[in-house]
Amino acid sequence: MAIRERMSGNEAVAYAMRQIDPDVMGAFPITPSTEIPQYFSQYVANGQVHTEFVAVESEHSAMSCCIGAQAAGGRAVTATSSAGLALMWEMLYVAASSRLPITLSCVNRALSGPININNDHSDSMGARDSGWIQLYAENNQEAYDNFCMAMRIGEHKDVRLPVMCCQDGFITSHAIENIELLEDEIVKNFVGKYEPENYLLKKENPLSVGPYDTVAYYMEHKKQQAEAMKNAKAVILEVAKDFEKISARKYSFFEEYKMDDAEVAMVIIGSSAGTAKAVVDSLREEGIKAGLIKIRVFRPFPASEIAKALAHVKAAAIMDKADSFSGCGGPLFAEVRSACYGLDSKPVLVNYIYGLGGRDVVTTDLKKAFNKLLEYAKKGAPEETYYHLGVRE
Amino acid sequence: MKAAEIKETLTWKELTVAGEIAEGGTSVLTKTGEWRTMIPRFIPDKCKQCMLCVPCCPDMSIPVKDGKRLDFDYDHCKGCGICYKVCPFGAIEFEKEEK
Repeated sequence: MAIRERMSGNEAVAYAMRQIDPDVMGAFPITPSTEIPQYFSQYVANGQVHTEFVAVESEHSAMSCCIGAQAAGGRAVTATSSAGLALMWEMLYVAASSRLPITLSCVNRALSGPININNDHSDSMGARDSGWIQLYAENNQEAYDNFCMAMRIGEHKDVRLPVMCCQDGFITSHAIENIELLEDEIVKNFVGKYEPENYLLKKENPLSVGPYDTVAYYMEHKKQQAEAMKNAKAVILEVAKDFEKISARKYSFFEEYKMDDAEVAMVIIGSSAGTAKAVVDSLREEGIKAGLIKIRVFRPFPASEIAKALAHVKAAAIMDKADSFSGCGGPLFAEVRSACYGLDSKPVLVNYIYGLGGRDVVTTDLKKAFNKLLEYAKKGAPEETYYHLGVRE
Repeated sequence: MKAAEIKETLTWKELTVAGEIAEGGTSVLTKTGEWRTMIPRFIPDKCKQCMLCVPCCPDMSIPVKDGKRLDFDYDHCKGCGICYKVCPFGAIEFEKEEK
């Protein structure tokens, strides 16, 4: 029986961690993810998990600790945000290239500077090329569900990649909402045991992990990594299918909301999707065919699926809660526009940078974006493609 | 796959995942002392076998056998000179290496 509860996104992730009972947690506190190791250390102190909790001196060490633990043959988890993720940078790449399926709960927060503790996606978006699988949640339920699915994806023999489960700082991490939790045994059985083929503590089979890779080998190993990321697509869908059997909740690469006959659409990540859905509903009441795509999987990027989903719309707004300072749009825009390049009839695509540093995302702003889309859909071309939404002009 | 089996002709499909090697101690096979510019010289007559130099070597380039240090492993010694600094008996000299 599912358990009806109410809790914050942070508690939901910590709860999933308790049910999974990983071997090692290496973590260092940083707002707004601090509560995750805080809740989890209580589970450790209460003897509810067998996890070795390593209170490290920095996030660089937290990720290093996870790398060592996972290479040794254990299941390692951590949680962080913003500057914490930035301090892990070097080790994120080591984890991914060593093909160690660590699970990281990223509670998205703006990167400094100017210093800011509120939500946007600049931390995890900056890490998008580190080789980690990235799953994004709209609410506490999805944060919990994604975390429950993460290890099955990352540890799959065709994948062997670390997984970053992202949720919006404060908005999701600290807001208390209803949630449907699974029973401990169901989660444990679903996640299963971590059984790597080889690991450092397997004494009958000595192993060297992360050796120096010369010119003659580096590219071959990078090609392996690229293939693993491609393989992850099928595994993500397979795991989602199994998860639906135990939860009755359906997941894919992205959620399509009223997209079937949509003429104008918004592509968005995270908690603001809820606000955008309300805007879609109100536009539908006015007879405007609006729709929404909420990205769940950003790495690997579901390019062909996104192109297919957008093929029939006249215009779409690609929403980025992070700027990449390319001078021509954010990271999601670059991916979506690239994905749509092969379409015979391309929709008009524009980019909105929104919600940076916790800037409120309100229905009236999103409606403005939709109104622009309607105008561009009629004209067949935008005035500009790179906008900032909700900024004082 | 053991280190000796890993060849430059193997494709990405044939190589082990992430370059993992199914054995330890593989640095023995790779000579990394080539870029040394300074070189320590062992003077056995002055050495009291106090063993201070051995744990100070960051590279395990001072081999020990039957409780006694032997001459340097120049295949791996980087010429950092720490052993020369710590030796209390002047049993290690440190000079520019002429190649």
